[in-house]
Amino acid sequence: MSDTETAAQQQWAFHGGLALPGHKQISTTAGVQNLPLPEQLIIPRQQHIGKPAEPCVSAGEHVLKGQVIAHANDYVCTPIHASSSGNIVSIGKQHVAHPSGLKGTCIVIDTDGKDEWIKLEPTGYEDMNPSHLRNLIREAGIVGMGGAGFPTFIKLNPGIKENIDTLILNGAECEPYISCDDMLMRDRPDEIIAGMRIMRHALQAKHCIIGIEDNKPEACKSLYDALGDATDITITRIRSHYPSGSEKQTIKILTGKEIPTQGLPLDIGVVCHNVATAMAVYRAIELGEPLISRVVTVTGSAVARPGNVNALIGTPISNLLDFTGVDYGNLSRVIIGGPMMGFLLQNRRSPVTRVVNCLLTYSHDEIKPSQPPVLPCIRCGECARVCPVSLLPQQMYWYARARDFDKVQEYNLFDCIECGCCDHVCPSNIPLVQYYRFAKTSISEQEQDRRKADVARDRHDFRLQRLERDKRDRENKRKKKLDALKKSKGDGMDAKQKAIQDALARISKKKAAQNTQPGNISNLTTQQHQLIQEVEKRRARLDPFDPNKKSDHQNENNQ
Amino acid sequence: MIAAIVILTALALIFGLMLGFAAVRYRVEDNPVIEQIDAILPQTQCGQCGYPGCSPYAKAIVSGEADINQCPPGGQAGVDALSKLLGIESKPLSNEYGVAQEEKLVAVINEELCIGCTLCIQACPVDAILGASKQMHTVILDECTGCELCLPPCPVECIDMVLLDRNIGNWKWPCPDDAADNIDNIGDDQASTASVSTSA
Repeated sequence: MSDTETAAQQQWAFHGGLALPGHKQISTTAGVQNLPLPEQLIIPRQQHIGKPAEPCVSAGEHVLKGQVIAHANDYVCTPIHASSSGNIVSIGKQHVAHPSGLKGTCIVIDTDGKDEWIKLEPTGYEDMNPSHLRNLIREAGIVGMGGAGFPTFIKLNPGIKENIDTLILNGAECEPYISCDDMLMRDRPDEIIAGMRIMRHALQAKHCIIGIEDNKPEACKSLYDALGDATDITITRIRSHYPSGSEKQTIKILTGKEIPTQGLPLDIGVVCHNVATAMAVYRAIELGEPLISRVVTVTGSAVARPGNVNALIGTPISNLLDFTGVDYGNLSRVIIGGPMMGFLLQNRRSPVTRVVNCLLTYSHDEIKPSQPPVLPCIRCGECARVCPVSLLPQQMYWYARARDFDKVQEYNLFDCIECGCCDHVCPSNIPLVQYYRFAKTSISEQEQDRRKADVARDRHDFRLQRLERDKRDRENKRKKKLDALKKSKGDGMDAKQKAIQDALARISKKKAAQNTQPGNISNLTTQQHQLIQEVEKRRARLDPFDPNKKSDHQNENNQ
Repeated sequence: MIAAIVILTALALIFGLMLGFAAVRYRVEDNPVIEQIDAILPQTQCGQCGYPGCSPYAKAIVSGEADINQCPPGGQAGVDALSKLLGIESKPLSNEYGVAQEEKLVAVINEELCIGCTLCIQACPVDAILGASKQMHTVILDECTGCELCLPPCPVECIDMVLLDRNIGNWKWPCPDDAADNIDNIGDDQASTASVSTSA
């Protein structure tokens, strides 16, 4: 144990950041509690970065716990599972936890209380090839549970890289108030370590490091104990300094390497996952369980019994608030996530998703009646001093406000991790991150418009080509007809006359064919001759062109 | 003296041949500026500029026939981008050709009223309307550019322009300047006056 500890001493510091009060002990007094089964589960089809999953069940259907209810129909997508057994009530728009406050498509399940699992198929991983392992992880619906929700199977794919140098498990959990990873590390260290070994197998990584902020000694100890004498994983305590839990910063602290601008950790041979994700991977592979629940911290001043609860995905957030004894009379607002990066919850019926890690409540006393006024930027430079990505927040702010999106990108806007440090220190109370988010989403929208315009151009060009082709075809047809006409005139005969003559020739030919003698009338008996004559007589009477004989014909038929 | 003249003449001949060859071999068929302008234009193919599509308008700009401020769907941002590309002074969008739309609109056919006349299909510049004679028509919303060219031919006026649905996928963060409660505080001048008035 002491070996691993000393080996893990070397650390690097990142630029800027903030020392923030943790407020974590509020929610770490009791262990993780299981939330009672909710009556209704509201499961959004979009719980990850990428395309939403496609529902594959219909209203009225009965589903079992762990059954796939929405398929992945794109590469950057994961399937969604039923979190408990019950009946599908509806598939439609419901309130979801999203900063926009817009509704999202959800599958609503009325639980039957039996909590009946589908047949689970644990597989184990030692002999499995990494590609198959990634598929299983995808089928289990596992996404990054630190907050971003990027499909884990993609981050477990080394791609064309021959070998991954370092796999990092991120247990830093640097944002104040949040303690769900901390509690998980205390309660389930074995599962986390087992999950990490599965991840290492998928990536074939050389080194494994778990990074934990030094304000979580209990979590650290419990992981050390679980690791025992094994030396394949290094546990490193890092300085509590916000935002050390952000992927780029964690990697910098633990390896000294920086991710190139707009690059991926993979570019420098590092992959970083959250500890809760590692546990989900363990449960998916060793127990066969898909990702249907997560630990959520419910904390803040409006909660009577703050703590961590294990909630099924799709549980309405109001259930969690009720369970922890929230004082609705005094509840001013609920933030999803932490105080630095979280967003305001707009409807309490919104469900818990795979990425909801914390519900932070504020009481009325805490919220000042009037927000401090936003003042002009005084160019103090505090924001640049604290920026953990070494950006120039002031410049980006000016250009974002001026909507000069080319310029703001020159200042590497897309490397901004939206940690909120610049906001926090701004003496003029400028909501800097909001400007960056506005600029980022505006740029994405412009790019989308550009792509759409390209498609429109192609379609328009194709249409013009098609019209041109049709015109040409028509012209050719007309020409052909005209030529034919000219040609027939050139023979010195009118086309109409020629047609009549052709028809006459056809008729005469037909007549000639009719005049042929039947071959079976030689050597007939007199009786047969008589019969033939009778028939001929009848036929003569039945001359079709003589209307007087028509009745006879009919009589004959009747007889 | 003669040697110098011979050498220089030879050199002139060689370079002349090289340039002549390059002029033929690497001839640029179209004016590349047309393509660059076309890339900036919004490709609605709406014809509001007075030309039958974006590419003809781009050609007209290059030939000096049209001005850069005739494209309402491109908005002021489009005019600015064109002025930047062409290195000329930007100017406000001309009102003659229409008003810039803030929000994107798409055409939607009221399928109960549609009589299946195919007139709108023939009018659509990007083939975004699907249908056949005496069959109900419908607009492929993803392909619709909102050009409104299908509206005039419709004999039963069953096509409406509607706002494109905002959903979580295409939602964007609002600019804090636009938020109503901030607007008084955020502008530099107003903010300074506001702070002065509160302190006074």
